[in-house]
Amino acid sequence: MAVPDDFREMFFVECGELLESLANGLREMEEPGYDKETVHAVFRAAHSIKGGAAAFALTALVTFAHRFETALDQIRSDRLLPDARVMAVMHRCSDCLADLVGAARQEDEPNTAQMTALLDELDRLSGEDKTGFGFVPLALDLSPPVPASGLVIRFAPQPDLYLSGNDPLALIHALRRLGPAEVALDASAVPLLEDWTADECHLRWTVTLTGNIAPEVIATVFEFVEDCCEIGISPLSADSLPAAEEPASFTPVPILLAVESAGDPADETAIAEPASGPGPQAARAVAAEAGATIRVNLDRVDRLMNMIGELVIKEAMLSQVIDTVGLSDNLDVAAGLDGIRQLADEIQDSVMAIRAQPLKLVFQRMHRILREASEATAKPARLITLGEQTEVDKTMIERLVDPLTHMIRNSVDHGLEDEVTRQRRGKPAQGTVTLSAAHRSGRVQIEVSDDGGGIDRGRVREIAESRGLIAPGTVLTPTEIDQLLFLPGFSSKQEVSAISGRGVGLDVVRREIMALGGRIMIHSVEGQGSTFSIALPLTLAVLEGMLIQLCDQTMVLPITSVQETLRPAPSALHGIGQAGRVVANRGDLIPIIDLGCIFGLRDQRASLDDGVLIVVETDSQRRAALHVDGIVDQRQVVIKSLEENYGRVAGVSAATILGDGKIALIIDPEEIVLSCAGDAGLVPRVLSANG
Amino acid sequence: MTVRILAIDDSPTMRSLVARALRGAGFEVFLASDGVEGIGTLADADPHLIITDVNMPRLDGFGVIEAVRTSGSHSGVPILVLTTERGDDLKARARRAGATGWIVKPFEDDQLIAVVDRVLGR
Amino acid sequence: MLQSMSYNAAGKHDFIAFKLAEQDFCIDIGLVREIRGWTPATVVPHAPDYIKGVINLRGAVVAVVDLSARLGFGPSTPTQRHVVIITLHQGRVVGLLADLVSDIVSADEMQMQPVPDLAADPAREFITGMITFEDGRILRKIDLAQLMPTPQEVPV
Repeated sequence: MAVPDDFREMFFVECGELLESLANGLREMEEPGYDKETVHAVFRAAHSIKGGAAAFALTALVTFAHRFETALDQIRSDRLLPDARVMAVMHRCSDCLADLVGAARQEDEPNTAQMTALLDELDRLSGEDKTGFGFVPLALDLSPPVPASGLVIRFAPQPDLYLSGNDPLALIHALRRLGPAEVALDASAVPLLEDWTADECHLRWTVTLTGNIAPEVIATVFEFVEDCCEIGISPLSADSLPAAEEPASFTPVPILLAVESAGDPADETAIAEPASGPGPQAARAVAAEAGATIRVNLDRVDRLMNMIGELVIKEAMLSQVIDTVGLSDNLDVAAGLDGIRQLADEIQDSVMAIRAQPLKLVFQRMHRILREASEATAKPARLITLGEQTEVDKTMIERLVDPLTHMIRNSVDHGLEDEVTRQRRGKPAQGTVTLSAAHRSGRVQIEVSDDGGGIDRGRVREIAESRGLIAPGTVLTPTEIDQLLFLPGFSSKQEVSAISGRGVGLDVVRREIMALGGRIMIHSVEGQGSTFSIALPLTLAVLEGMLIQLCDQTMVLPITSVQETLRPAPSALHGIGQAGRVVANRGDLIPIIDLGCIFGLRDQRASLDDGVLIVVETDSQRRAALHVDGIVDQRQVVIKSLEENYGRVAGVSAATILGDGKIALIIDPEEIVLSCAGDAGLVPRVLSANG
Repeated sequence: MTVRILAIDDSPTMRSLVARALRGAGFEVFLASDGVEGIGTLADADPHLIITDVNMPRLDGFGVIEAVRTSGSHSGVPILVLTTERGDDLKARARRAGATGWIVKPFEDDQLIAVVDRVLGR
Repeated sequence: MLQSMSYNAAGKHDFIAFKLAEQDFCIDIGLVREIRGWTPATVVPHAPDYIKGVINLRGAVVAVVDLSARLGFGPSTPTQRHVVIITLHQGRVVGLLADLVSDIVSADEMQMQPVPDLAADPAREFITGMITFEDGRILRKIDLAQLMPTPQEVPV
C-alpha cells in the first residue's frame, strides 16, 4: 500500500508508545492481584502494532505480533496461566517486538533467528497448532458455470439484514453498477395490514444482470448479508428468463427507487438540517483527534529557548544601559525592568517545562537491559525503579540512555555476585538493582545501586597497577581507589564485551555525564553493594551563576558549587611547603587555588591580602577555596556552547553572554579542584578522562 | 451533499489512514479515539456511516455497535467493523452484535471506499 | 552581510582580499558570512597564541583567529582598522582577525596556480593556491580547514 512517509513516521511514534505500555503492562502482570484490564491493554497494544504493521506491509512484524497477540489472548481468556516461565517468554516477545519495530523503522532486515526461536517457544507454551488464522471461503454456492449472457440474482432479505444496518437498496445499487440490470420487486408475500408484523420481511427482489459477470463479484456484493438473506444466483439463459416465471410480480425499477430513497443518506433533503452547523462539528472533530496534547518539532522549542536566552541577555544589557545613564534610581524604570525580568523568568520556566520529560522514558528501557544482562551472566536479578516521574530536560533524557544502560549492565556484571556466592553470604539468590531519581537542591540526582559485593578495592588497585594507571604502592584513600574505575583504560574490552559487546568503560559513562554538565560518584560498602550517583543540572540552557572578576576578565562560577565566600584574616592563612596554601575555616584546612594562575591569566599568584576566597565543594566532597579578584554579581546566565565553534577548554564547562554583550566563560569547579588536588600521578589522567 | 462518516480507532495511525482515504473520496470524516468518545460524538457527527475498530480501551467495537443499535436516533446507521481477522468467528460475532459489515486490515484505500460505497448504496 | 556565492555572474570566483604584513591574501567569498569591526574578545585559557579569544556573534560563541600570528608574521595588536571576517567552514563559525579588507576580486580558473614548493615557511601549510593578475599582483588563497587548532592542539 502506498502510504506517505509521514504516516509511516506516525506509525512508528505510535509503536513507541504501544511498546512502552506493553512492557509496562507485562511488568504489572507480575504483581500479585493485578487488574484484568492490564491484560486487555497489553493485548490491545500488540494488536494495534499488528494492525498498523499490516497497513505498511511489514510482514515479519505482522507475523510475530499476531502470534504474540494470540498468546496474550490465551492469557486474557484464562487459557494460559501467566506464571513466571510464561511471563519470561512474554517479556522476551515484547523485546523482540520492539526490535522488529526498530528494524522496520530503520528499514533493516528483521532478526528472523530471534523471532523464529520465540515463535517456537510460543507454540510450545500454548501447545496449539497454527490453525485459526486461515481465510474462510465464502459460503455462497458458486457452482453454476459462468454464462456469457448474464446472471439472475434472487434476493430475499431476512430481518437481521435490516437490523444490522444493511440496506437492500444499497445492495441493489451495487448490483446495478456491475452492468445493465433489470430489477424486479416481488411484493406478493406482503400480508394484509391486519396480519402484518413490523419485524418480518416480505419483500423479494430479482435482479437480472446482463454481461459477462463472475459470480464471485456478486458474492462480494452480498459479503455482509449472506447469512441474513436468501440468495440464489443462476445463469441467464433463454429458457430460464425470470420474466417468464413471475410475470405478475414485476415492478419497474424507477418506482422502487423513488419509494426507497427517503432513507438514503445520500439524499439532499435528509441532511438539510444538520448541515446548517458544520463549523462547531468540524472543530469538535479536530479536537477529538488531537486530544489534550500536541506534538511539536523539538527544533521549534529549541528556537524558542534560544530566543528566551537572547531575551535574558537583552534584559541584562538594558539594565546595564539604564545604570550607565543614571536612571536606575527612577522608581518607574526600576519597576518596569523588574516586570520584564520576572516575565522573562516565567517564560523561561514555561519553555523549560515544555522540554521537561519524566525520566520514566529512559528508566523503562532499563528493565530490558537488566533482563538481558541477567540472562547473559546467568545471575538472577530484578530492577526496581523509583521516582521515574522526576522530570529533566528532553535532551538529557536521550543522552542518558547510553550511560544508564552501561551502568545497569555494569551493576549486574560487576556489582552482583553469582548465585552461589550470594547464597553463601545469606543474601537472596536474586540480586536487586535499584534505579532511582529525585530532585535535590536544584539538581537531579539519579542513583544506580546494587546489593552486590561492593567494590573489591584490592582487586581494583591490582588492575590499575597492572595496567600502569598508578605507580605501584601509591597511597590512595578508598574513595580515590573507587575513582580509578573511571580512568580510561581501566576496563578492558574483553571484560565488558561478554554482555555489552561494546567495549565501553566507565570512563565513557563519566565523560557522557560530564558532557551533560553532570557529575558521577561511587559509594561502595564491601559486602553490601555499590551506588553510582549522578547529579545533573535541571536544564542545559541556564544556570544560576556568581560573576567573578579575574584579572581583566569576568567569569562565572555555578552557584550550586559555592559553599561560602571568605575574606580571611591573615592569621587564618597558612603556607604548606613551597607552593601550598591553605585557609583555616571553622576547624577545616581548605587548600587555596589561585584561579588566575590556573587559567594562565597571570604568572604570579596574587596576594591573599586582596580579593576574595570562594569555597567550593565538589560532588566528590573535595573542598577548595578559589582565590578571585572580586565578586561582581549573581545572576542567571544562559549557557552557550564553547565547543560548537571552538573546542573544550580545561576548567571551563561552557560560556555565556553578559549584559555588555561580551562573552564570559563558565568555570567548572569540579575539574579545577580535581586537577589541583592531591596525587600528581592520578591527576593528569583524571583530567584527560574529562576531555 | 456531503456524506458524514464517524471513524473510531484507538490507533492514531489507523485513524489517520482511514481519514485520509475517506476524505480523499470526498467524505466528511469525524474521528474518535475509543468507543466512549465515539458514542459521545454520535449526536454531533450525525453520521451516515460508522467505521469502528474492535479492540479499543474503555468501550470496544462490539460495545459501540450495541450502543448505536440501541441509541434510538442512530440505531439504523450502518456500522463497518475494522478488523485484522477474517473468519467465521468474527463474522458471527459482528453479526450478533449488529454490524453491517467488516473491513479487513490492511486495506487499500480504494477497497475501503468500495465497501463504504456499497454499504451506502452510492 | 555579503551574499554567499562562489561564482559571480561572469562565471568567475569571487574572493575577499586583505593585506597582512604587506602581502595579499584572499578567501573564497562563499565561506564568508560577514565582516565586522574588531571588538575586544574574551580570553580563552590555555588557547594557542593565535587565538585572540571568543566574541559574541548574535548569541553564538565564536573564536577569533589572529591571521598574522597564525601565518607566522607575529601577533597583531588589534586597532580600529582591523576587521573580523566571519567565516563558516564545515559547520564551524570562525572569525579571522585581519587588516582592513582591501577588495573583492574576481578570478577564473586560468589565474589559479599551485603554491611553489617553498621551504618550510609557517604560512605554507595554510595556503592552498596562488591567484595571479595581469598587473603582477599575487593573491595567496587561505585554506580555512588548516587555520583552527585541531582537537589535539587544544589542551585538555
